[in-house]
Amino acid sequence: MAAVSKTSATDKQSFIQDWTGSNGSLRAFSSLEGFDSRPLHITTDEAQMRVRLHWATPVGPIEDVRDIHLVREGELWKAVLPKVQISSVPSQVIPVTYLRWDLVSGGAADEWGSKNVDAPHVRIISMNAVDSAEGAIVMGEVVNEDTVPAFVNVNATLVDGAGSAIDDETSFDKIAHVLLPKQVTPYRIDFPSINLKNVKNVRMDVKASLVPASADPVIGVMNQKIEPDVQGKSVLRGDLLNQSGQTVNISHVIVSFYDNNAKVVWVADGYVDRALLPQSSEPFGVDIPRALAAKVQNFHVVVNQYSLGRS
Amino acid sequence: MRRLSLICAALCLVACSLAGMAQDLRVPASVTAGDGVTIPTTGSGKATFYLLGPGISRKGDVSLGEEIHLQAKDLRNAGDYLALVCSDSCHSGTFYVTAAKPASLTFLVHPSRVPVAQDDAVSGVTFTFDQFRNLVLTPATVTFQLTAGDKPLVSRPARTQNGVAWFRTASGKSAGLLQVVATLDDLSARRAVQQVASDPCNLRITGQRIPIGILVQTEPVHDCAGNVVSDGTIVTFSATEANGKSTVDAPIKQGVARAQIEAQGATVVSVASGVVMGNELHIGAKP
Repeated sequence: MAAVSKTSATDKQSFIQDWTGSNGSLRAFSSLEGFDSRPLHITTDEAQMRVRLHWATPVGPIEDVRDIHLVREGELWKAVLPKVQISSVPSQVIPVTYLRWDLVSGGAADEWGSKNVDAPHVRIISMNAVDSAEGAIVMGEVVNEDTVPAFVNVNATLVDGAGSAIDDETSFDKIAHVLLPKQVTPYRIDFPSINLKNVKNVRMDVKASLVPASADPVIGVMNQKIEPDVQGKSVLRGDLLNQSGQTVNISHVIVSFYDNNAKVVWVADGYVDRALLPQSSEPFGVDIPRALAAKVQNFHVVVNQYSLGRS
Repeated sequence: MRRLSLICAALCLVACSLAGMAQDLRVPASVTAGDGVTIPTTGSGKATFYLLGPGISRKGDVSLGEEIHLQAKDLRNAGDYLALVCSDSCHSGTFYVTAAKPASLTFLVHPSRVPVAQDDAVSGVTFTFDQFRNLVLTPATVTFQLTAGDKPLVSRPARTQNGVAWFRTASGKSAGLLQVVATLDDLSARRAVQQVASDPCNLRITGQRIPIGILVQTEPVHDCAGNVVSDGTIVTFSATEANGKSTVDAPIKQGVARAQIEAQGATVVSVASGVVMGNELHIGAKP
């Protein structure tokens, strides 16, 4: 803490929690790989630095941009750290109406066809293919039309003019895989280094299987609004509110962005690096590409959650 | 030249026929699976007997002029068989083994879950097999009976074609278990289809201000036939106020979905489940 100004609004414990994570959060499993910094503003006594932090995380590299205020104290420049809001939850009892689905499989001795349970019925309700700087992207939304939870994966195959497959990819982590009945999720499938001009057709395939699932925790997405960030990029911001009584360790936000014809024009995702404690909220932000920011008229946010010790 | 060829062919046929009189076997035209059969032979001396059929290949020594006994276990599989006797020359006969009488029904019903009041939504197919798992091709009448609770819905006879009989029908009006029974003489097979509520109908919400925002909840959620929509079905509440939007995907629990939304200003709350929309609620700003 030698490089931290005494005028900082934070305390040592909050600082450590903020930078090293707690409660099994994504930050707790991340490590700082490197950083870049550049001055935004400097005088003889104070300075403003923009720092890009490059984190290595279990879900891939994540970049965090922070503006840090520095003051000169004697011969040293010291950071004035802002107050860090670390959620703390009072002791309480939260009643929950327990609801989950378990899966019971038949035995090998069962007569053929006598105890089959169909896979859940899911449907792709929209699909859009676009070119981006990184390659072709196929995106849209899927709904679980069934009355049981579904584990969903969307595959897309790009086909050329001769009917041959160019590439085949899946939605991987750009989808909420476990869909409760009537739940809608965005999906996005990336085809790096492929240009849509070479593509004649896109074959879509959605696969769904039965999965044990729980209806809890319920996570509300509050105060959603699109606003510019410090770099001038459009960002969808909001707060995730954990309305249940259990800690959500890692929250994953997936967003469909729509144009004025309700067509999905972009799907993006982001992770919240702090754990969501019961009845508490944490902010999130998802970037919108500059080229699409003006097109976006509406959005739909889905929250995927991972809790330690539960599938 | 052509005439010469024809004469040679005729002579060859005569020679073969004479040889056949020396040793021959007379196979039955048709045999029922699982039945033993006797094949008489003519001639004299030792010979080798071969039996080739679906799933069987057998070789044995026989005495010409005596009967060849094929046991039931040799003729369990329906299909074409070739019986062959070889001594100086070989002579053969083919016969067909037909399936025995139906001994089991394989019954497939699709789907295992179905929303109520859907046309042609439930289908079933039976395959009739004899005790040796041969498909019984002889036409027979299978009766399909559908019962919801204690109430019989449909009873439909269907004649098998090539061993297969099927039905297709609409799902019922009430959620619950649909029992489907296929019967053929004293054989029967039972399957169950879970009839579930269809999409929500007349989705309506009520709401009130609470100290930390708004508490909204649906009225009991039913489909258009009045069935209670399954617990766990996601209902999406969206609250729009001047400075942003909040959404909660809440599961129906005990027939009702409820959510707590942090909104302090004048708010419009809407509700949807899947592709079904409900009413809008206008709630004034927090006093």
